[in-house]
Amino acid sequence: MSAQAVDTSRRRVLIAATSAVGAVGVGFALVPFIASMNPSAKARAAGAPVEADISKLEPGGLLRVKWRGKPVWVVHRTEAMLASLPTLDGELADPNSEVPQQPDYAKNPTRSFKPAYWVGIGICTHLGCAPTYRPDVAPEDLGPAWKGGFFCPCHGSRFDLAGRVYAGVPAPTNLVIPIHTYLSDTTILIGEDKGAA
Amino acid sequence: MSADTVETAGFLGWIDKRFPLTKVWKEHLAEYYAPKNMNFWYFFGSLSLLVLVMQIFTGLWLAMSYKPSAADAFGSVEYIMRDVDWGWLIRYMHSTGASAFFIVVYLHMFRALLYGSYRKPRELLWIVGVIIYLAMMATAFFGYLLPWGQMSYWGAQVIVNLFAAVPGIGEDLSVWVRGDYVISDVTLNRFFAFHFLVPFLLAALVFIHIVALHRVGSNNPDGVEIKYGPKGNRWDANAPTDGIPFHPYYTVKDIAGVAVFLFIFSAIVFFWPDLGGLFLEPPNFQPANPLQTPEHIAPVWYFTPFYAMLRAVPPMFGSQFPGVIVMFGAILILFFLPWLDRSPVKSIRYKGILSKIALGIFAVTFIVLAYLGLQPATPVATMFAQIFTGLYFAFFLLMPIYTKLEQTKPVPERVTK
Repeated sequence: MSAQAVDTSRRRVLIAATSAVGAVGVGFALVPFIASMNPSAKARAAGAPVEADISKLEPGGLLRVKWRGKPVWVVHRTEAMLASLPTLDGELADPNSEVPQQPDYAKNPTRSFKPAYWVGIGICTHLGCAPTYRPDVAPEDLGPAWKGGFFCPCHGSRFDLAGRVYAGVPAPTNLVIPIHTYLSDTTILIGEDKGAA
Repeated sequence: MSADTVETAGFLGWIDKRFPLTKVWKEHLAEYYAPKNMNFWYFFGSLSLLVLVMQIFTGLWLAMSYKPSAADAFGSVEYIMRDVDWGWLIRYMHSTGASAFFIVVYLHMFRALLYGSYRKPRELLWIVGVIIYLAMMATAFFGYLLPWGQMSYWGAQVIVNLFAAVPGIGEDLSVWVRGDYVISDVTLNRFFAFHFLVPFLLAALVFIHIVALHRVGSNNPDGVEIKYGPKGNRWDANAPTDGIPFHPYYTVKDIAGVAVFLFIFSAIVFFWPDLGGLFLEPPNFQPANPLQTPEHIAPVWYFTPFYAMLRAVPPMFGSQFPGVIVMFGAILILFFLPWLDRSPVKSIRYKGILSKIALGIFAVTFIVLAYLGLQPATPVATMFAQIFTGLYFAFFLLMPIYTKLEQTKPVPERVTK
C-alpha cells in the first residue's frame, strides 16, 4: 500500500460522492423537522366550515363568526348602503374586484351572493389587523366623504361596505371573501360552497 | 509553552496541564492590552454582556412559573406578578432588561460608528456584531408574544404577515411560521421554545465576537492601531506602549459603569417599569383577543425605526413586499458598512465636516423614525417617515462619496489623551 502513489483524483471523486450522499441524507432528515412546523391535524380540523345564523341580523348590523380562527363578518346592508356603493368606484383601487380575493359568485358590484348580505374576512389585507365597522356616514374622524365602510386603526386603510379598498391606503387589495353558501334563507355555511366556485 | 511544561505548580499546574486556564486568563484579561484612551463610549460592550447574563437568569426563573399556552399564558404572567414571591421583581427585571439591552447595544453600535470600529481589520468583528443584533431582535420578537396580551398578539400578527408578502410562497410560509392559519396556541408554544433557545446562540455569538475582538485588538477614540506604535510598557517589554492590561484597569472601569447602570436600571424597575407605555405597552395588560384589534398598534420602541420604514413604503403592484424589502434592507445594509466607508481615517475626530454632519443627521433620523413608528399613520407622519427613510439610506449609500470628498485632519502617531 505505502509503496503506491496516492491516487488523488480517485480520492477526490470518493470525497465528492460521500459528501453528496451525506448532503442528501441531511436533506431527507430535515424534512420531518420542517414539515412538523406546518399546521397539525388538529389545527387543520379546526379549519372546518361553520354555520352563521343571520335570522336576527338587523339591517345595517354586523355579525361576527369565527372560522379558522379568523373573524368572518356578515353585514346586512340597507338599500341606502347598497346605493352608495357605485358612487365610490372612482375612489377605489380595484372597484371591479379584478384581483382574485373572492370566489367567482362574489365578483360582482356588491361582492356578494345576495346583494343585501356581505360575507367577508375581517382581516386587513395590509398586515392582518381587524378593521373596525364604521357604518356611520361622514363621521368627524373619517371626513365628510365617508359613506360607511371599514377602517383599519393600525395603518389607516379604508374599505367600503363591499370590502373594496380605497386607493392610496396601505392595504393593497380588497378584503378577502371566503367561500360560502346559503343552507337556507337564514343560514350561511362559511368555508364550503359545494363546488359552486 | 507546550502542554507538558507549564509555569504554574500545584493544583493550578495540574489544571494547566489539562486545560489552558492560566493561558486564557493572561491572553484575554491580565495580559490583554487595550488602548489606554478608551472613554465613556466603551462602557456599553461590557454592559450588554451584563444585560445578556441578567436576561438569561431572570428568563430562566420566569420559565419556572410561566405556561406557554393560549389558555394559560396571560394568567400565568399575572400569577408571576401577584402570587409568586418576588415574581414581580424578576419579571420587571426581564421586561426592563429587554429595553435596556437594546439601549446599551444601540449606544455600543453608535460608538462603532463614531470611531470607525468597523473598519479594517475589524470588519468581521462588526459583522458578527450585526448578527448578534439580528439574533437579539429575533429573541425580542419571540419573547414579546409570550405575555399573550393584545399587543403581543397583534404585533406578532403584523410581523408574521410580513412573510405572507413574499411573492408566490408567502401565504404558505406564514402558515408554516405560525403552524396555524392564525396566531394561536401552536404559535405561542413554538415561540416560547425559540425564545428559550436563541439566547444561548446569542451567548455563543458573543463568545465569537470577543474572540474576534481579541484577535484584532480594541479600537479607541483616535482610531490609531496601538500595536503598530512603540513597544514596551511597565508590564511587558513587547506589549504596546499605549496599551494597559484589561485586568485590572478596564475591569475596574467597567465595574464603575455597571454601578451607574444599575442605579438607573433599578430606578426604572422599581418606580417606573412601564416607562409610560414604552417598555410595557398599555394594550398588553389586556388578554389577547383574536377578534378585536387594539385601536393603535405599535411595536416596542426598539423596533419602531424599522416599523416606520415599513409603513413609509406604499404598496406597489398590489403587494406590500417593497415595504418589507426596505425594512429588512435597513438592517442588512449594516453588513456592508465596513466597505462603504472610504475615508482614510477611522475616527470621527479626524474625519471631515461631511462625515460629522452625516453621522449627526443619522442619529437624529434614527430617533425621529423611532418616534414616528410609535405614532398613528397619518398622511403627515407618513410623509415625514418617507423623508427620514430616505435620509437613513442616504447615510449609507452616499458614504463612499462624502467620505472620499471631505478634507480629513492628520491622524497622530499615537493615541491622545
